[in-house]
Amino acid sequence: MATTTCTTNTPKIEEKPKVLVLQRINAYFEGVLSPHFDLIKADESSLPIPAFLSTHCRHIRALLVMAPIGTFGSSLLDQLPSLGLIACTSAGVNHIDVDACRKRSVAVTNAGEMFTPDAADHTVGLLVDVLRRVVMADRYVRNGSWMLIGDYPLGSKVSGKRVGIVGLGSIGSHVAKRLTAFGCPISYFSRAPKPNYPSYTYFPNVLDLARESDVLILSCALTDETRNIINRDVMIALGKDGVIINVGRGALIDEPELVRCLKEGVIGGAGLDVFVNEPEVPEELTHMENVVLSDHRAVTTPESFKNVLELAIANLDAFFSGKPVLSPVSC
Amino acid sequence: MDKIGVLVTHKPLPYLEQELTRRGCRLFRLWESPESRRLEFCRENSSEIRAIVGNSNFGADAATIDALPKLEIVASFSVGLDKVDLPKCKERGIRVTNTPDVLTDDVADLAIGLTISVMRRIPSADKYARSGAWKKGEYTLTTRFSGKRVGILGLGRIGLAIAKRAEAFDCPISYYSRSEKPHPNYTYYSTPIDLASNCDILVVACALTEETRHIVNRAVIDALGPKGVLINIGRGPHVDEPELVAALVEGRLGGAGLDVFDNEPHVPEELFALDNVVLVPHVASATIETRTAMADLVLGNLEAHFLKKPLLTAVV
Repeated sequence: MATTTCTTNTPKIEEKPKVLVLQRINAYFEGVLSPHFDLIKADESSLPIPAFLSTHCRHIRALLVMAPIGTFGSSLLDQLPSLGLIACTSAGVNHIDVDACRKRSVAVTNAGEMFTPDAADHTVGLLVDVLRRVVMADRYVRNGSWMLIGDYPLGSKVSGKRVGIVGLGSIGSHVAKRLTAFGCPISYFSRAPKPNYPSYTYFPNVLDLARESDVLILSCALTDETRNIINRDVMIALGKDGVIINVGRGALIDEPELVRCLKEGVIGGAGLDVFVNEPEVPEELTHMENVVLSDHRAVTTPESFKNVLELAIANLDAFFSGKPVLSPVSC
Repeated sequence: MDKIGVLVTHKPLPYLEQELTRRGCRLFRLWESPESRRLEFCRENSSEIRAIVGNSNFGADAATIDALPKLEIVASFSVGLDKVDLPKCKERGIRVTNTPDVLTDDVADLAIGLTISVMRRIPSADKYARSGAWKKGEYTLTTRFSGKRVGILGLGRIGLAIAKRAEAFDCPISYYSRSEKPHPNYTYYSTPIDLASNCDILVVACALTEETRHIVNRAVIDALGPKGVLINIGRGPHVDEPELVAALVEGRLGGAGLDVFDNEPHVPEELFALDNVVLVPHVASATIETRTAMADLVLGNLEAHFLKKPLLTAVV
């Protein structure tokens, strides 16, 4: 089990601040957090959640949310009148009603940049695997085809491909840094141009970005504006050799349209770690050879989890000490 | 290159075959003969054959060269020349060319791609996602690549291209080479074992010679260890293959990404059940872009030779 490098002294059991947990907490997380906090676990109570909240949680000041599943909004906040912090261990917070929290002066913290290196690595891995056909070639070897049939069909070069990044945030900029070393020119679409990255080309909309790219990387948050941001027009603009890599959220892409575009050859391939209705994967995708699929594992490494937990502890400690939190979600 | 006889040892890229034919060459397709008849095939056509286009599987060994008294040039469709008898070519005054630089990026891209695929288990993730067995909320833990120590055997063109890419993942770079190179940011180790003892991912990126055969042996594999990952984009014989297989099966080595094998297309079947191994069929330069560029180099070298101009990428 990982030990934390948190510098605060471990409090005695009576002194440990209470942190509410509504979801089932795994042994690893519990082992890391329980020396620091008195974890109030709703799922271990025989009471249904509303009764549990009204009976035990009127004074609860902090809530820990781990999996980005469910909805955490006004109706929950109304039942936690003392709440001041929702600490999330995920990067995305579209399961949290951030507006409702802001109105009630409840801070929301997320995983900050702790998942970023793994997400960026997985993105590059998916891209190389799609263009160079690594997964299918591995299958080809294992089923004896190399012996029986001969050489595997040629793939497509990664170095030098024009990469278009949708969302040049933490993950997007880390992907850009990695692919720059592959000689890929970088362009991006973002809500506004980023003056920190003068060597990357800004496009004011995704359609123009797609037109000038060979690869589209989706690394933005899912919001009302970005839902289905990748639609048929964008895929037509990307073109028949174009590749889409999605490590954001499934709903960034019009999923049925993506399947159609892959089938029809409107685009050349895709690497997908996320889907609209996980764990459901569109059946037609499972038969395609020009896609690489993964089970939402872009960030699930021990290194990420250790760092994310340390950050959550640091956020909670800061909050309970009356100090500013470390990774507040910007609205 | 009118009427020049060219022995093609392997099934070529269609573009290369078309171009050789278009320029007037008479092609002798060695791969179409059964192995036991190949020397015979060479002798039968030896009055015409003045050039060989070889590849990484079949170049020009001593017996083949001896069977072709009119041979003037071996233009290899590869950068590695371990399958060409270079001393014999020198002795006979036969020129030898290869395809450096044009494939450097592809090979380096694949080395990094294989590393991430092994460490993040992408092929088994793909299989799992397609299987219908993926359950809500379940996730699989795999190991981070960024920041891991990358050790490179051989810091030539390909080794440097791999280092440049790995640096963008914040990986500390170390290497083994016959002599230290002027790269102050990269840590030099004077033996492969020292390198393997001090890295998490060991990449084979040197030429195959008598000295580097089995450069990755049991001792090096043990030094790399149960969390270490071996990436081979060099040649199969760089690695003691039975030792590698045993180490992977027994869990003494953490994982491997392999593009090359001792006896291609044979791949040890014991590896097929392992999900910490990624196996690809010698595809490090196998993109349309690169194979076309390689073909152009082969054609350019052949033309230059027969027009008595300086060769583009001569090794001998």
